[in-house]
Amino acid sequence: MNNTYVKFIAVLVLIAAAPFFLPLFHINLLSEILILAIFALSLNVMMGYAGMVSLGHAAFFGTGAYAAGIMAQNASANMIFTLAGAVVLSLVLAGIVGLFCMKVSGFYFLMLTLAFSQMVYSFVYQANQWTGGSNGLSGIPSPVLFGFSFSNSVWVYYLIGLIFLLIFAGLRVLVKSPFGQILIGIRENETRLKSMGYNTSMYKYAAFIISGVIGGMSGALYTYFNGFIAPSDVYWTMSGTVLIMVLVGGAGTMTGPVLGAALIVLLETVVAAYTDMWMLILGSVFIIFVIFFPSGIHGILQDTLNKWQKPKLNPDVKSVKREQI
Amino acid sequence: MECILKVDGVSKQFGGLEILKDLSFHVNKGERIGIIGPNGAGKSTFFNLLTGDLAPSKGNVFYKDKDITTEPNYKRARRGIVRTFQKNNLLVPLTVLDNLLLVLQRKHGISRTWFKIRNQKQYETLYNEADELLQRWGLKHQRNVKVESLSYGEQRQIEIMLGVATNPDVLLLDEPTAGMSQSETNYIVQLLHELPKDLTLMIIEHDLEVIFGIAERMIVLYDKHILIDDSPDVVRKDPQVNQIYIGTEGAV
Repeated sequence: MNNTYVKFIAVLVLIAAAPFFLPLFHINLLSEILILAIFALSLNVMMGYAGMVSLGHAAFFGTGAYAAGIMAQNASANMIFTLAGAVVLSLVLAGIVGLFCMKVSGFYFLMLTLAFSQMVYSFVYQANQWTGGSNGLSGIPSPVLFGFSFSNSVWVYYLIGLIFLLIFAGLRVLVKSPFGQILIGIRENETRLKSMGYNTSMYKYAAFIISGVIGGMSGALYTYFNGFIAPSDVYWTMSGTVLIMVLVGGAGTMTGPVLGAALIVLLETVVAAYTDMWMLILGSVFIIFVIFFPSGIHGILQDTLNKWQKPKLNPDVKSVKREQI
Repeated sequence: MECILKVDGVSKQFGGLEILKDLSFHVNKGERIGIIGPNGAGKSTFFNLLTGDLAPSKGNVFYKDKDITTEPNYKRARRGIVRTFQKNNLLVPLTVLDNLLLVLQRKHGISRTWFKIRNQKQYETLYNEADELLQRWGLKHQRNVKVESLSYGEQRQIEIMLGVATNPDVLLLDEPTAGMSQSETNYIVQLLHELPKDLTLMIIEHDLEVIFGIAERMIVLYDKHILIDDSPDVVRKDPQVNQIYIGTEGAV
């Protein structure tokens, strides 16, 4: 059997078995990690692979979260319904925002995504009657699927775990597919890709929409998990946090964003017990990684593994280059 | 003779700076055209107008009688007008094979496939074609090496190979042998001679030995316009060409 399948099944077994030997607190922590891992993976499609660095990805997370929350409160908590709502709304948002953002690149792209996400934030903040304004939405009913209510944290955890595995597997195929290879090509040299006959704008637009939709899904999952949404989940610091997760984990890799999400969530939980200065710690971690480990946790693991496996064969194995990002 | 490319009264200005003025000529299928001219004569700009990397300020470009003046570069590349770059313009962190596969996968019509991993097992014909090309271009041993760790000459070779890989109708080579050693240059010239006869070739080159060896027709650009458009023999003997391009001392 293929090595990849073995690894995948091992992760599946671990996720499935976790509730049997971990306390509830840790299961909730795992749920949060998996949700943010999906969120980071979604940003990674456009940032790590297609090379478009966004500082507005929280807009999609928030859109998905609020869409699912508002629909569950006002219409029906049916999960198919609320998840579809989150997907459609983030699809529309990504479709519109993407049209504008595709006109620019680099720094201007970053600023434009930031501007759009802050527009979403101020809309959420102002639209009191739907979003609860600064109070956020609370008491959102648990998702229901075929008459079964996910009212127990462990069931929600399994739901999140399943969706995480599906999205991870799907994205892994996507980035290794011919389409994904074109995204990598665009990241490395867009001019060349154009002269090869690729309409790079279309591919970037597609990547942007895929990122947005999956980001929206992670937001919906967050609503299922938390039962509460605050406008801070749409704020630009959320975009910054997920960007740090991707960079610290290792952009342009599949495991990187997952590891990054895990590190940041765990660190925040540990640090919160001792001090309020979380942002200071987060900033320091980011600086340390950018300066000393630019290829992220994934790069560190890769280097260690290479040294350990074949110490003499690989004198000059270079970690993945990342200055493009 | 079938006319494949026609340029009609094309000018290019950057702000107040005029680079090319009122250029007209046509290219027949299968012609081998050399383009020479002193630095700054507008040779690269001229290429950019043909490939769609730049839009002309005035005039029209026709490809097989179709007006393509406003078509962007990627559409022209799909039609079969393919270029190589004066400076190596490759995807350097990727392997030689990955560079080549990116070119070939569009030809195989699988570029929008996102639900299937690209590997040798799934896309056998694609990989076989890539391997054949690598063999022909003498790069087989470098197949899985990152482009950034290859020598300049090898990178130059890949630059040209990527242009040829899609079987274009018109291939525009911008100084293909620039910076190459004599043996590497000879190798490239030999490969260019082996290209199919119905491929239209336009070459900008400073190495006159190379260009007179390949070209059947020469275009000399000088001071924003075409000075001479004639056979290599005429250009070789032309006193004005010798004066402006090669210098006053002696013939070529």
